[in-house]
Amino acid sequence: MSFRLESRTDASVALKLMVSLGAAVAALLLVAIPVLFAGGSPLTAYSLIIQGAFGSMFAFSETLNRATPLILTGLAAAVAFRARLWNIGAEGQLYIGALAAVLVGSGLLQMPPALMIPTIMIAGFIAGGLMMVIPTILKQRFGADEVVITLLLNFVVILFVQMLIEGPLKDPLSMGWPQSVPLLAEAKLAKLVPRLRMHWGLVVGVAAAILLWVLVRKTVLGFEIRAVGENRAAARFAGIPVDATMLKVALISGGLAGLAGVSEVSGVKGYLSSDLSPGFGYSGIVVAMLAGLSPVGTVFAAIFVAAVFVGADSMSRATGISNYLADLVVALSLLCVLVGGFFLRFRVRYERAMTPVAGE
Amino acid sequence: MDVLLDIFGSANFWAAAVRIATPLIFGVLGALICERAGVLNLGIEGIFVAGAMAGWLAVYLGAGLWGGVLVAMLTGAIFGLLHAVLTVMLGLSQHVSGIGITLLATSLSYFTYRTALPDVTSPPRIAPFQPIAIPGLSDLPFIGPALFQQTPLTMLALLLVALIAFVLYRTPLGLAIRAVGDNPAAVEAQGLSVQGLRIGAVVVGSSLMSLGGAFLTMSAFDAFFFGMINGRGWICIALVVFASWQPGKALLGALLFGAFDAFQIRLQAEIGQVVPGQVFLMLPYLLSIVALVLVARRADYPRALLQPWFKGQRH
Repeated sequence: MSFRLESRTDASVALKLMVSLGAAVAALLLVAIPVLFAGGSPLTAYSLIIQGAFGSMFAFSETLNRATPLILTGLAAAVAFRARLWNIGAEGQLYIGALAAVLVGSGLLQMPPALMIPTIMIAGFIAGGLMMVIPTILKQRFGADEVVITLLLNFVVILFVQMLIEGPLKDPLSMGWPQSVPLLAEAKLAKLVPRLRMHWGLVVGVAAAILLWVLVRKTVLGFEIRAVGENRAAARFAGIPVDATMLKVALISGGLAGLAGVSEVSGVKGYLSSDLSPGFGYSGIVVAMLAGLSPVGTVFAAIFVAAVFVGADSMSRATGISNYLADLVVALSLLCVLVGGFFLRFRVRYERAMTPVAGE
Repeated sequence: MDVLLDIFGSANFWAAAVRIATPLIFGVLGALICERAGVLNLGIEGIFVAGAMAGWLAVYLGAGLWGGVLVAMLTGAIFGLLHAVLTVMLGLSQHVSGIGITLLATSLSYFTYRTALPDVTSPPRIAPFQPIAIPGLSDLPFIGPALFQQTPLTMLALLLVALIAFVLYRTPLGLAIRAVGDNPAAVEAQGLSVQGLRIGAVVVGSSLMSLGGAFLTMSAFDAFFFGMINGRGWICIALVVFASWQPGKALLGALLFGAFDAFQIRLQAEIGQVVPGQVFLMLPYLLSIVALVLVARRADYPRALLQPWFKGQRH
């Protein structure tokens, strides 16, 4: 018996969904190994993770709260990857977005919340977007690889933020902690439900997902993005303004990551500190891949990843198994989805070897 | 001016520069071998972490220093093999697979460290490699302390530069590795296995990367702590472009970075905090970006970099 690969021309939505789910299940099965290694029972660990993520209204709200920035960074990666623009810099773009929100919203401007919130969001979107437009221009002008540059910029931005919150932006009332001056009350996102932490950023994230779906599926720009992503040379030949499209994608992608920063700083913390994001930018890549780069799928993938983190924290408190297990699940999910992508691209055909018949 | 003379005039400074460059030398060489064979390995940052943790843990559990080195290399090789299976055999995106390997290697290392040492608050220490003075050479003025009074891993890194340059440019194996990164069709026409060569290169390259991490926990420091790699792997990816995929230039780039880092530490000590410390910490990243932009135009990328190859494929 041997097998050969056959290219699939198009994979159905159902198949894509199955591959994503299959990948998540495969990742959870693989995670059983480290759980056993740590001396725990995988089934107990899973059930504690699910309880910790969805077991109560409070738990579910924490999951959605955690999912909010992941939806936005996931969309940032999804839209860029679709155009084969490798934005690995969502982490830095998130911080720049948060920084812009703090610069504008901590006293520079005075206005009612109905104006203030959109203002800081636009500021954060533009700041994050520029953070991606610059490497894209460097790529177009000089051929400099955007993967490495966006990655390196993450470190530059975080150090820059640290410099500001220990210097000119430092809150004099923070008892020496390196954190920025707080946002004005008008610049803070309201809670969705009293006494729970989830806030209006979630609505912004879901709305962004729907808008992005409309953009990609129903508009000319969306068509151009898909064409550029599928074959850049062919798109150029067909007269699509490839460079301009890439710049728009860069602005949208960086902008969405910037919005994630605004949402965190204005919906959760209220001030900027260098621990604003525990790697939301990098997890966003996983979210986008889990979702097969689909904007609406990103919302569900973000909730899955958030549930793993929130649930693993609560499992860790109950069992003593390290909460780094959550990062492990996320990493394995990404790799399993990648392998799943192989099955979306190829159909594996088994062929029985011809068996010679005796006597002939 | 006197301050600068004091700094550049001290052999101590040059010794520190070589020491700081060591993990980068391992990392750049590893990344260079992978890319020469046509595979970008963004798993490097995670493989650094895994090498640092695994090597350290092996020594802590009693494996001996060279045993630790071996464990670190094996760990790197395993992650390299995983990356090779995903990218070379299945032809998946090298970018995304690399990021996945980094996430996996980092989280697995942290998880293992926490699980092996559940209740420690301060990182336990091991007895790290000690510098050895090479008789005769170490007495040379200036160069002696910088090059010949280092720990064995630093000397290994320097030797590897020469060895890898020799293999790449003077042996049939090196020719084959360079060819799979440039023109896999020609390699297949020679009857060689493109995939086999690529997998081998990624595995060997990744095990070198993990030595960079192992140097940090077993030679430069004596403990493992979270976040200790802090972007060193990514710097190596930038340095490979800067080095135009040549081992000699890779050494030069790593030494420049080491010298810069050693310089900023001393300058801060001499002149105090005139400039916020973060400015100096940012500079290596900014310099990497500038170097990438300047070099990119004439960068001679291996032509088949990022391109998967399947057996019997035709162009």
